Amino acid sequence: MSVLVYTENWDGKFKKISFELASYAVALAEQMKVPAVALSLGKVDETELKKLGNYGIESIMSDTNENYIGLDNQAIAKAVAIAAEKAGANVILIAHSNLGKAIAPRLSIKLKAGLVTAIHGLPLSLQPFTVLKNVFTNKAVGKVLVHAEKKVLTLAANSFGSQENIVTTIINHFDAGLSNTDFATKIEQTNKVTGKVLLSDADIVVSGGRGMKGPENWAPLEELAELLGAGTACSRPVSDEGWRPHSEHVGQTGKMIAPNLYFAFGISGAIQHLGGVSSSKVIVAVNKDPEAPIFEAADYGIVGDVFKVIPQFIEAVKEIKS
Amino acid sequence: MKILVLIGNVPDTTTKIKFNSEKTALDASGVQWIINPWDELALTRAMELKENSAGAIEMVVVATVGRQETEATLRKALAIGADKAIRIDTEPKDGFYVASQLAPVAGGYDLIFAGIEASDYNGAAVGGMLAELLGIHSISSVSGLQLEGGQITINREIDGGSQTVKMTTPLMAIVQKGIAKEPRIPAMRGIMMARSKPLEVIPAIEVDVLTSFESFSLPPAKAACKKVPEDQAKTLIYMLRDEAKVL
Ligand SMILES: Cc1cc2nc3c(=O)[nH]c(=O)nc-3n(C[C@H](O)[C@H](O)[C@H](O)COP(=O)(O)OP(=O)(O)OC[C@H]3O[C@@H](n4cnc5c(N)ncnc54)[C@H](O)[C@@H]3O)c2cc1C
Repeated sequence: MSVLVYTENWDGKFKKISFELASYAVALAEQMKVPAVALSLGKVDETELKKLGNYGIESIMSDTNENYIGLDNQAIAKAVAIAAEKAGANVILIAHSNLGKAIAPRLSIKLKAGLVTAIHGLPLSLQPFTVLKNVFTNKAVGKVLVHAEKKVLTLAANSFGSQENIVTTIINHFDAGLSNTDFATKIEQTNKVTGKVLLSDADIVVSGGRGMKGPENWAPLEELAELLGAGTACSRPVSDEGWRPHSEHVGQTGKMIAPNLYFAFGISGAIQHLGGVSSSKVIVAVNKDPEAPIFEAADYGIVGDVFKVIPQFIEAVKEIKS
Repeated sequence: MKILVLIGNVPDTTTKIKFNSEKTALDASGVQWIINPWDELALTRAMELKENSAGAIEMVVVATVGRQETEATLRKALAIGADKAIRIDTEPKDGFYVASQLAPVAGGYDLIFAGIEASDYNGAAVGGMLAELLGIHSISSVSGLQLEGGQITINREIDGGSQTVKMTTPLMAIVQKGIAKEPRIPAMRGIMMARSKPLEVIPAIEVDVLTSFESFSLPPAKAACKKVPEDQAKTLIYMLRDEAKVL
């Protein structure tokens, strides 16, 4: 028996969530008194693989087949299933990322496992296996029982945190035995957002709503984000109007995020918006309407004009950084 | 060519969520039911594809797993333009249960659309599970889909970017925002026509339940928001550092 954790990479570098997932796997394995094994698919060099050892992973299975870069849902699910059998895993941990969401359901069928997605926190009990997940788009929490012997779990990003724990790691070469025909997704073009903090990785997110009045007013918001090393986000109408790219849309129908700190500038706080951001640890709202519902979700707030407040925030951040 | 769109029946997005007194199930009193937002977008895209296909797409079928009360949602899907609806008559229990009920009716389609998740239990499971049960390819986080002959061009979101990829039929496309611009609103004519379109009710099959909700709780109430006057905005940043310790 073991816990197998699939640690995703992009272009040979582990994603931030992979370290969080590794930390979770190690903690869960300890709770279950079984070993934790990490699985890496794709070209990841030894130096990078060894980084998992900073988060308590002692054993890694690495399949360096180049075709995994195509992110073919069926092929990756198949490879993880083969690895899970080989590792004798009864719990398989996956990130609740775009890729994780794509493969976990397929994997659960292959393994006849019970699937619970976007869990947070360690199991409340192992017998019966009980975990928590948010439901109704963060409006409530559900306690889920898994009746199947095997479990596939996806972990909500930023819900556990990565915990440093330096150990020595053994890398085992692994070959899932996939052939070219397993990879059906033909990539034509890839657009990577570069030089910016990814929303899914960001510890701090600076977000703007319709109260920002127009795309030409985003410069101060972006300056603040850059000073804070933050990602930028927006409300749905802002992306619908084309003021900002769709990838920045957060909320029920956009991205669900859970940073440590979320700034909402000129956002009213509609229930669908809050659904995507209410798991943030601290929310700061700036809105000129004292009745705006965002203040009910916020920890800190200013009733005032965004265009007067953002420059003061920038000044203060410069002071504390210097 | 035939398209199947999976339809979830979920509480309206503005619903104030309440549970029964045992906290074991949603208190559905006063809840307005809608087509799961992503499924509604998927259906809209399916109708656009059919209309632009010059007859190559013969039909768009919608299917749900649910009791009789979900028929209003299916009728809405028919009013939007679907040609036929299928309802598998049982209470949906978990993702595996739903996908297993759908598998016997989902064969023979060239393209199946599922939403990236349902806005009730946020399972993000049915589309991928059904594809695996049918043994067909799937692609998730789909934000655009074009059809040309048997070739499908897809835009999908990947973590930190987007991609354009090519795939072939049969395919399960698991869709998110962007797949259609705005959900289609049924017109009067569509609502009239929907009444006479076929709605087939199929009995459920025996399926194991692999997961279940033991209970639900509401998040604890938030402490009141600490307000700072506009002209002292700078102090808020210092509070974030010294008090909240997030900077
Ligand atoms: C099915 C469905 C799904 C949805 N999904 C999402 C979603 O995922 N994400 C999302 O965001 N929305 C979503 N919505 C839309 C949502 O209901 C709201 O319409 C939207 O969030 C409002 O965006 P906003 O706060 O930017 O704009 P508004 O509601 O127009 O609010 C603008 C705010 O800015 C304030 N303001 C104006 N000028 C200033 C100024 N100078 N200084 C300070 N404050 C100012 C105003 O007081 C106001 O509160 C969804 C809706 C539906 C029906």
